[in-house]
Amino acid sequence: MKRAIITALLIFLCFLLQCTVFRALSFGGVVPNLLIVLTASFGFMRGEKTGLLIGFFCGLLVDIFFANVIGFYALLYMYIGYMNGKFAAIFYPQDIKLPVALILCSDFLYGIGCYVILFLLRGRFEFTYYVLHVILPEIVYTIAVTLLLYPLILWINTGLERNELRSGKKFV
Amino acid sequence: MSPIVRKKGEKFTLPGKYLLFILTILCTALVLLTFNTKIFSGPLSAAAGYIVVPFEEGISVVGSWLAGRSEELVQIRELIARNEELEKQVDELTIENTRLQQDRYELTNLRELYNLDAQYDEYEKTGARIIARDSGNWFHAFVINKGAMDGIAVDMNVMAGSGLVGRVVDVGPNWAKVKAIISDDSNVSAMVLSSADRMVVSGNLKLYASGVIEFSQLVDSDDVVVEGDKVVTSDISDKYLPGILIGYINSIAPDANNLTKSGCITPAVDFEHLEEVLVIMQLKQTIPE
Repeated sequence: MKRAIITALLIFLCFLLQCTVFRALSFGGVVPNLLIVLTASFGFMRGEKTGLLIGFFCGLLVDIFFANVIGFYALLYMYIGYMNGKFAAIFYPQDIKLPVALILCSDFLYGIGCYVILFLLRGRFEFTYYVLHVILPEIVYTIAVTLLLYPLILWINTGLERNELRSGKKFV
Repeated sequence: MSPIVRKKGEKFTLPGKYLLFILTILCTALVLLTFNTKIFSGPLSAAAGYIVVPFEEGISVVGSWLAGRSEELVQIRELIARNEELEKQVDELTIENTRLQQDRYELTNLRELYNLDAQYDEYEKTGARIIARDSGNWFHAFVINKGAMDGIAVDMNVMAGSGLVGRVVDVGPNWAKVKAIISDDSNVSAMVLSSADRMVVSGNLKLYASGVIEFSQLVDSDDVVVEGDKVVTSDISDKYLPGILIGYINSIAPDANNLTKSGCITPAVDFEHLEEVLVIMQLKQTIPE
């Protein structure tokens, strides 16, 4: 229960930051994708199910406020969360390389997904332009923010896990 | 053994792949349902609006206050230097002003000619503050702090200063989503003010990087449209009220078919620094189908 509330707050906070504060701090009109960082991190820290659920809710929030149809971003974020969950088995909290690599790949996949569905299908064929001017800048900024945000997410998760372990023992 | 068979006393859990499958179907259904209809957006946007919008409003107020303060500090030094510069300019401008006053007579005449002045003033407008911008980097949409409770409805036109910003595409009780005309998926029926030749103005992510948007399908058989001409919303659009300034023609070239022309428009609104917008509370009159 506690975990659910804290996770919901995190999603909420990241969404708010992404469309208000980071919009003001954008470099050349590019904002980092905090929701991808959140979805991917919980994916590889907690497994497929948590990843896909968090992805689903992150996407749904984006859908309600900024998308033309409800469900598209939910679907995209959900699959990214699920795929990250596959790496839970080889995740160690001490290692920063795997998380950064996974978040990088996730953001790239997200960008490609957006491009193919929302742009390519409308006849915008300049793939290299969109990679160089939209997807890559977003990845770079996202990775920069990851280095600050990821330790925080990790710390929250470790705290929650320790808490759950303690209360679990109490009832044994 | 099937993973969803429950053992006695064991807590029931749904494996990830089943959950993924169920939610995928749910999302696909939602996409299909909301593609043409608006059945879910009502309750969802109401719920989301009450939770998220107050925070967005708060952050944007604090944010713009902080940005304002920090800018003030940075600017003080600049301002002293600029003051001298400006005093020099005042002299130059006084001369220019005289010249412009002459132009103003001409402008008044032109306005009367096009009835623009009267039309703009006729519309009842309401101011709204932008409280959130698109969370991604692909489209230009933003959320304003007024919604159905303030009388905002879908398809209302949004302006800033004297130029067209976009139109309301989604509305919640206390918020509304505005799609900007520079957004890649936006199209506006427009016309050249001087010759009333019609065209389609479309947002383009790639072109907007250089500050312009594109127009196409301009039939200009007399070759009268030139760079710098004003482009306004057309009278045949079924979403936009006529005669709202979109921008100025930046470049124009004939298409390969030699019948139509296309090119770029510099928008009249500075989309990077939008903070407050005006929503025109009047909808375009349409013939009911």
